[in-house]
Amino acid sequence: MTATVTAPPEAPIRKTGRPKQNREAIFLFLPALLPVLLLSVYPLIRGIALGFTDARAGLRVDTNFIGFGNFSRLLHNGLFWDSFRIGIIWTLSVTILQFVAALGLALLLNTNIKFRGVARTLALIPWAMPPVVVAIMWRLLLHPTNGPVNEILQKLHLTDHPINFLGDFSTALPAVIVVGIWVGMPMTTVTLLAGLQGIDRSLYEAAAVDGASAWSQFWNITLPQLRTVIVAITSLDMIWNFNSFGLVYVLTAGGPGGKTMLPMLFAYNEAFRYGNFGMAAAMGDVMVVIIILFLAFYLRNRLRSEA
Amino acid sequence: MRTRPTARVLQYVAVVCYLVFLGFPLLWLISSSLKSPQEFASITPTILPKNVDFSNYSDALSEQGLVRGLMNSLQISIASTILVLIVSLPVSYALARFRSRLRPITNGWILVSQVFPVILIVIPLFMILRPLHLTNTIPGVVIVYMVWSMPFALWMLQGYVAAVPRELEEAASVDGAGRLRTIVSIVMPLLRPGLIATAMFTFISAWNEFFFALVLLQDPDLKTLPLVLARFVGAEGQVQFGPLAAASVLATVPSLVFFAFLQRRLTSGLLSGAVKG
Repeated sequence: MTATVTAPPEAPIRKTGRPKQNREAIFLFLPALLPVLLLSVYPLIRGIALGFTDARAGLRVDTNFIGFGNFSRLLHNGLFWDSFRIGIIWTLSVTILQFVAALGLALLLNTNIKFRGVARTLALIPWAMPPVVVAIMWRLLLHPTNGPVNEILQKLHLTDHPINFLGDFSTALPAVIVVGIWVGMPMTTVTLLAGLQGIDRSLYEAAAVDGASAWSQFWNITLPQLRTVIVAITSLDMIWNFNSFGLVYVLTAGGPGGKTMLPMLFAYNEAFRYGNFGMAAAMGDVMVVIIILFLAFYLRNRLRSEA
Repeated sequence: MRTRPTARVLQYVAVVCYLVFLGFPLLWLISSSLKSPQEFASITPTILPKNVDFSNYSDALSEQGLVRGLMNSLQISIASTILVLIVSLPVSYALARFRSRLRPITNGWILVSQVFPVILIVIPLFMILRPLHLTNTIPGVVIVYMVWSMPFALWMLQGYVAAVPRELEEAASVDGAGRLRTIVSIVMPLLRPGLIATAMFTFISAWNEFFFALVLLQDPDLKTLPLVLARFVGAEGQVQFGPLAAASVLATVPSLVFFAFLQRRLTSGLLSGAVKG
């Protein structure tokens, strides 16, 4: 794949060093090799292949190769398309909004403002919390009768009746997206902050001498300098968000009425509720293709900015 | 650089907004865990509990399933952390020090394992572990966690090994120490901070993990803490929010300890190096 093309060229090595190094390396790799091959490499390949079979749960069930059968059935499955549409709305909204919020926070943390330490610590905590706990916490917050969010909205007269954020058709997906932003902000903020700290100060000094406004400094120095970091972290965020499961599973379990049924939840139900392993693997295959398209976009951008 | 007063004010407004958005949910969770059942039932909830009441914590800890979940999670996280370190240390040493052909292959695997949706992996895993009688067992989950924490552990440890000066090893080898001896008595002691950081990351990712556990563990006696908590939520109606909030706080404690410990290093060193690379 493209990755091999972009890999850095091997440094020149003394001819005599190589066979011995290879042998020693293999010895060091040995303990990891069996578990990785058995529990990671093989399942990956087998998983891709399962998408082309009619495998089902159960101990003594025949499995047949059915070519693109699952995929053509998926093509005519309206629920599957809905789930992908929801998945893409979720992925793009969370990734973009989270990026904007994280960039703002990173810029603030990069100034000499007070409360910087508190904000930095708070910004990291969501990262470390178990996703299940995050989901429970937001269920408490958004609860229609006991939750503080409804309480505040009613005190401010923004609504006259309590809103069941996670249970209402129109509010469930936006509410879940807000939680997604909350969870994902730390990683993005920390990465962007690291990028900001790597920008050469003298660029800003030169711009200030030339009379550039703060806004124009942001557009002409900060953003271009951060470009590689931005492309990297947004691509990773997209992959993670697209593949996310636990948070939404506990928040809404895909409900109400499938309004928050992300592709992963849909595939999980297909596999472990209905036992259609082959079908679920086919959905996974479609997800991989979409993610590879994301990655192609990322690598192309990388290459262009390095050229 | 001086900042104009209006801009300063706007900056502080923004910081306060961020602090509320990030901090309020946590504050609410902790305060909920300290409210008495009567206060919970009141129609007008207050931000801070009127009387601090620890009965939710004792209620949560008297819950059988919860304590068992806690113990299961502890066992699984500790065992998989130890295994990950044992297996990853030699590999990351080889990755950092040798230019062997295994290096691009391993890095490719690290990337692929991050990208693939777990649903593709979990079905075959389930089919492999079942004939080995490892589904629905703690050892089964431990080895799965070991393999799936390895990419991140390798990525972290590699950087720490690369930071150990090569000259030290050369000196040891001049003094007649073999490769193994050099790793054990020169490299390992210098790697201690890196090993601790990697161990904590691995522990937390096992502690927080949900999806593999959900698929692989069916027996109620074996369920990990996240599974037990998620089941409490599922049983809405009879669910008691106070003890649930208390249990959630308890489940977050290991992560908080970890971050108190690592916060400095995280924001400055570790990730900036990763980004520049």
